[in-house]
Amino acid sequence: MLANYGYEDASGTYYITIDTDMCAECTDHACVGSCPAGLYDIILDDYDDEVAEIREEQRNSLRTLCSGCKAGGKTDWPCTAACAAGAIRHSW
Amino acid sequence: MNEERKEYWRWAESRWTNPEISDWQGRTITAGVDIGSTSTQAVILVDGELFAYSNMRTGSDSPESANHAMAWALEGTGMTLDDLQYTIGTGYGRVNVPFADKCITEITCHARGANRIYGPSVRTILDMGGQDCKAIHCDERGRVTSFMMNDKCAAGTGRGMEAIANLLGVDIGEIGDRSFQVEEEPKPVSSMCVVFAKAEVAALMRSGWSKEMVLAAYCRAMAIRVCKLLTRNKMEPDFAITGGIAKNKGVVKRIEEIMGVTALEPQGYDTQIAGALGAAIIAIDMLKKKRARGG
Amino acid sequence: MSKTGIFVGIDGGSQTTKVVVTAGGKVLAKKFAYTDFDAKDAASAALSEALAEAGLGMDDVAAIAATGTNRQLIDFANSYVNEIVADAAGVHHVLPGMSMILDMGAEGSRAIDLDENGAAKTYEINDRCASGAGTFIETCARALEITPADMGELSLHYTKDIPMKAQCVVFVESEVISLIHQKESKENIARGVLMGISTRLGSMFRRLGIREGIAFVGWPANNVGLVKCLEEDLGQKITVPEDPEYICALGAALCAEKAAKKKEAEA
Repeated sequence: MLANYGYEDASGTYYITIDTDMCAECTDHACVGSCPAGLYDIILDDYDDEVAEIREEQRNSLRTLCSGCKAGGKTDWPCTAACAAGAIRHSW
Repeated sequence: MNEERKEYWRWAESRWTNPEISDWQGRTITAGVDIGSTSTQAVILVDGELFAYSNMRTGSDSPESANHAMAWALEGTGMTLDDLQYTIGTGYGRVNVPFADKCITEITCHARGANRIYGPSVRTILDMGGQDCKAIHCDERGRVTSFMMNDKCAAGTGRGMEAIANLLGVDIGEIGDRSFQVEEEPKPVSSMCVVFAKAEVAALMRSGWSKEMVLAAYCRAMAIRVCKLLTRNKMEPDFAITGGIAKNKGVVKRIEEIMGVTALEPQGYDTQIAGALGAAIIAIDMLKKKRARGG
Repeated sequence: MSKTGIFVGIDGGSQTTKVVVTAGGKVLAKKFAYTDFDAKDAASAALSEALAEAGLGMDDVAAIAATGTNRQLIDFANSYVNEIVADAAGVHHVLPGMSMILDMGAEGSRAIDLDENGAAKTYEINDRCASGAGTFIETCARALEITPADMGELSLHYTKDIPMKAQCVVFVESEVISLIHQKESKENIARGVLMGISTRLGSMFRRLGIREGIAFVGWPANNVGLVKCLEEDLGQKITVPEDPEYICALGAALCAEKAAKKKEAEA
């Protein structure tokens, strides 16, 4: 499943996509520790797969919360680098 | 077996009992409760068949809303809460369903419910609620393959439409029809933010636009907005629209026109119960699992 | 040409139109008018008042520069200045040595990063979503039945942090109303609202890279509670100049004078 967490407002579109089919096979869950804003959490989803998700209370603040990692147009973000499966994508 | 409670609210509360099921004793009975921001639904299934449901407005207290909705669904059926063998809570207030065995996200439940309401061919579901908008893609079993949700911004939700309706003094139920009473489709409202759109609409009215033209321009803006969500998620022609705005033809027809598709017709179900129905269907699987474990 | 040496800056904002009359970098008069439905009318009205206060007439004015969202509608201006440039010029004049600027208006806000000469280098702008604009504060203040200024004062006396769940004005407004019903104190609600907007404003600076020395201009800069919340979010003292709402207009006037001097020197 492509789980898109985030939002669109008049300033732009801010989604983090987690491909849970790729993610379910991972056991080291490096994304969780990689994010300075603590966005990632491991949950048992509705289909009984152990996958990463973006914490519910943070989904609507992605632009703000990710601004530290993206300052100055950087593209090597800790979360995407930490995910060996390449299951994490950002829309912006 | 239909009952409607007329109130000053935006829509009538209602409940329904299936007149064809009377011998429910000894059969599999599951239920789903969907607590949304504005409405709460309770659905009861007997051997997977729709037995009864209620659709009420959500009160300020989620557990109480769940209790009320379920009590009303049960009313007159002879069934009690104890007869429900497995209940799933869903929706934004899902953790607050006191009698639920499990809670599941509304996206999973919605897809499963739409699979029943529109048939297994449905792939893309657009759900436009009072405070959010969701695009869901699912497979032939109603399993979610991708989803995208927006509940941050009021543009593209029922609340945005209400703000404009209030400003114009137009009844929310009339918007659809009136938005087509224009000679030519005007340009869409350009501000995406509801607050700025209100200012833009006020300026359009001052410049001599009729309410109908403004409604057309706002419905189109909303349709464009929602279509972006759809295209970004994954759009297939087997497409359904659920939620409160599904009743607003002014937006629905414009979405169909922009996307070049026609929304599927619900197969005899009230589309507002999609989430609760899905929850009650998933409850059947859960009950089987529980029994297999000997629980 | 500029025998009189009188230069006027007009900031045509979405809600108010500000006029500053200057001579040799000194402010002689400043006035504003509500923009309402006609930006040009508002500009003329504020200009006549300001000139009257300074004891001057239209004939005394060497040049008028317009800035702000509605600048192009002010057709009697002699030149037009981008608001980022005007902000930088205004701040450099009254608060030399600043490294960044926050300008918050009714319908938008911008964060500007300055170079060592006080000129704008890069900027972040949000003018399409009301969640970072003055309107946001006004809407919430209205729900609390107080003025935005009172909201700032009240927020200083908060006893508990209650973060707003929503960010969109439309949703926050209902959140505020339900908090009032739950008998939450106005102080705590005011603080929650202002903290929420400060985080969003702060994120514009985080995207630019925060540096020491931030000036805050625009009408909301008068809101003491907002300034306090911003200081907490950005982790530094924020400097608010006197009459922060006129800084952009002042900047435009300074740009007009600079342009006139350059022209004279060339001639």
